[in-house]
Amino acid sequence: MKDGSKKFLKNGLGQLTIPLIAVALLVIFNLIRDPSFFSISITHNNVGNAVLSGNLISIINGASELAILAIGMTLVTAATKGQDISVGAAAAIAGSVFVKVLKSGSEISVGMVLLAFLCACLVAMIFGAFNGTLVAVFNIQPMIATLILYTCGRSIAYWINGGATPTVNSPILNAIGSFAPGIPVPTPVIIVIAVTILFKLLFHFTSLEILTQSVGINQSAARLNGINTTFIKLLSFILLGVCVSVAGCIGVSRLGLINHETLLLDVEMDAILAVAIGGNSLGGGKFKISGSIIGAYVIQMLTITLYAMKVSSTDVKAYKAIVIVLLVVIGSPVVKERFRKIFKKGKSGTKGVEAA
Amino acid sequence: MQEECLLKLRGIDKYFPGVRALHNVDFTLRKGEIHALMGENGAGKSTLIKILTGVYQMDDGSITIDGEAVSIHSPQDAQNKGISTVYQEITLCPNLTVAENMFIGREGGLLVNQKEYKRKADEQLQSLGIPARGGQQLGSCSLAVQQMVAIARAVDMKCKVLILDEPTSSLDDKEVNMLFSLMRDLKAKGVGIIFVTHFLEQVYEVSDRITVLRNGELVGEYLTKDLPQVQLVARMMGKELDELGDFGETDSAAGSDSPVFYEASGLVSEETNPFDFTIRKGEVNGFTGLLGSGRSESVRAIFGADKVTGGTVKVNGEEVKISRPVDAMKKGIAYLAEDRKRDGIIADLSVRENIILALQVMNGFFKPISRSESEAFADEYIKALNIKTASSETPIGSLSGGNQQKVILARWLLTHPDYLILDEPTRGIDVGTKLEIQKLVLQLARDGVSVTFISSEVEEMLRTCSRLIVMRDRHIVGELKGEDLNQAQVMKTIAGGEA
Repeated sequence: MKDGSKKFLKNGLGQLTIPLIAVALLVIFNLIRDPSFFSISITHNNVGNAVLSGNLISIINGASELAILAIGMTLVTAATKGQDISVGAAAAIAGSVFVKVLKSGSEISVGMVLLAFLCACLVAMIFGAFNGTLVAVFNIQPMIATLILYTCGRSIAYWINGGATPTVNSPILNAIGSFAPGIPVPTPVIIVIAVTILFKLLFHFTSLEILTQSVGINQSAARLNGINTTFIKLLSFILLGVCVSVAGCIGVSRLGLINHETLLLDVEMDAILAVAIGGNSLGGGKFKISGSIIGAYVIQMLTITLYAMKVSSTDVKAYKAIVIVLLVVIGSPVVKERFRKIFKKGKSGTKGVEAA
Repeated sequence: MQEECLLKLRGIDKYFPGVRALHNVDFTLRKGEIHALMGENGAGKSTLIKILTGVYQMDDGSITIDGEAVSIHSPQDAQNKGISTVYQEITLCPNLTVAENMFIGREGGLLVNQKEYKRKADEQLQSLGIPARGGQQLGSCSLAVQQMVAIARAVDMKCKVLILDEPTSSLDDKEVNMLFSLMRDLKAKGVGIIFVTHFLEQVYEVSDRITVLRNGELVGEYLTKDLPQVQLVARMMGKELDELGDFGETDSAAGSDSPVFYEASGLVSEETNPFDFTIRKGEVNGFTGLLGSGRSESVRAIFGADKVTGGTVKVNGEEVKISRPVDAMKKGIAYLAEDRKRDGIIADLSVRENIILALQVMNGFFKPISRSESEAFADEYIKALNIKTASSETPIGSLSGGNQQKVILARWLLTHPDYLILDEPTRGIDVGTKLEIQKLVLQLARDGVSVTFISSEVEEMLRTCSRLIVMRDRHIVGELKGEDLNQAQVMKTIAGGEA
């Protein structure tokens, strides 16, 4: 109780320790295996842009959708003590709406893309509100509530697409999905940075952070402090909806088509994992979105490493599972408590009686 | 009445880390009697029950059943020795039938003969006069009947000692009467019943004997007919009636002529009966009554913490609608909840975040309190209330109870309330902090803040309040002020006029 600064360290950096160690280990492992693994080169893509390329770039680029979804998932987890498993399906809907609007016009302009994105965003927010209503108003377990959209979301996307997998070709989409002219960094990476900044601004200019944490930690006390707990939970789902639409539109832009069956398939589990690897409790409460973002990169780095080691795509999942089990167990309260006890031994610390 | 001794507890001691829960407690239950176990919150009733049912192991003492010394190792063990408990909340399975509930987990193993069970259940239910049928789904019965089924199950397991822990708290009057007639039936059959309740009237209605505990020690065992209700209250609270007379009167008639701040008429929530209440500016008043008398529920209604279903409320003479806590907060009302852990602290958040929470909510979603501002607030109140914490960033959950309470107090003081409701602010905290909080209350009143102060300790309320509202069984039964404000009068009013 005396070392307040240490406690601060534990709460501040402490949560990020495990994900950062995971990143470090993966980097070291790869450097030993292949010193050139992280080499970055400048190449010219088919449009003639000078762009960065290399494994590191493809890791950071490839994790973009996951990182964005993990941000929203963190909020939902914090406020509702549960997770949204419908984000992949919802992203397919958002992507379908995006394409539908793009195809409705005669030509694809920047304004048109913006409009299409806004429509996709609105639709994703409405589905988010649907999930949120089930959870916040009807008190349904988040996983059960979102199971509904998880089950039917891709069918809804199928209807929107009229059963086909329509393609959209445009240099603008290409710029969103890969590189914008004159910028050597992949655009999805820039979008992740933009979304992160937007959320940081949201936390700065509103009291969302403390209110969300309060609702997640102690709903009864939060209510008695005048917090509208229903609104906070609902809001977390709507904000996740925004993330879903961004991720969905990036996914569509990468491929230039919408395939409702495969777009961001199984991403929900990775998003939940990213939150957990980031040191956030899946039981809600205190959270750090930076942890979840790092968690997303850990997952992607792991995947790319395995691919680089020529592990077949079917086997990758099994190897991934082993590493993740390790990470999650090391980060579990039980192991943490053990470590703390070993660490504390000799220092002597008796407390606890006073609270009785 | 038979005097045959059924169960004897002698010299029971039980310690928890840092706390002595029971010390040298004796308890005797005779065959065919209903024995009420009484005591205020924290007196040791539930610890004693848990020792008897094998949930806790005693540290010292002896238990004798039917003259035979026994030790009880587990709840299963207790059941085998003939001790059954029916808890306040129903612990049966509502989606199974009554018969299944009565026989589940008992002899017969996996081979379930539904018909046979149903027949046996019907027989048993009929003999006890319980209005349920074996084939009926338990969930379709009323709460009282469910409780009775639980009792029937216990009785059928050849129990000699039946413990009823607050069995009536969720029943209405008619259901209570049904339960009582079942209890009397069992008593006639020779079962010894231990009855734990906080409803005084019910104790006098059914029990033969009363054992009173206070602070983990035995106060005494009495025949119910020899112990007037007011004496029982005095025993529970730890004051002999005759020594109460010279207890100090309240010193202040503060706020007796200042304008009314808050006025409610016919206020009713889901948890209360309609009641009227007013408080003046700078006045300190209190709700008193035994636990469960409705004192907390009343202030929760004022704050909008429970769903308010009717009544009119005026703040500063202006009619307002308070249906949620935030409405009350906007009118300058603050409420420090009774259960600090459940309704007060946000355990994982820092002291600083806990202090600014209520103010932040009042400021609104789009006006966050900046880091530096919140640090200044936190430091100010940590100093003002002498909160012992390593830093303002320490999670509140790691503070001691008294300091946690001060943080919550700081949270509400920071909103600069006009009316502060304190529900058991001093429970479970050390004497020094208690006095600090009492002083603070009087200081606030001098500054024109209205305060409602609720405490289980009557002395504390007499010291701070200029008016006491007395509640019993969810009704206001009296209002004491001036020279009536003394402990003897308070207890008389709590216990009821007939004593």
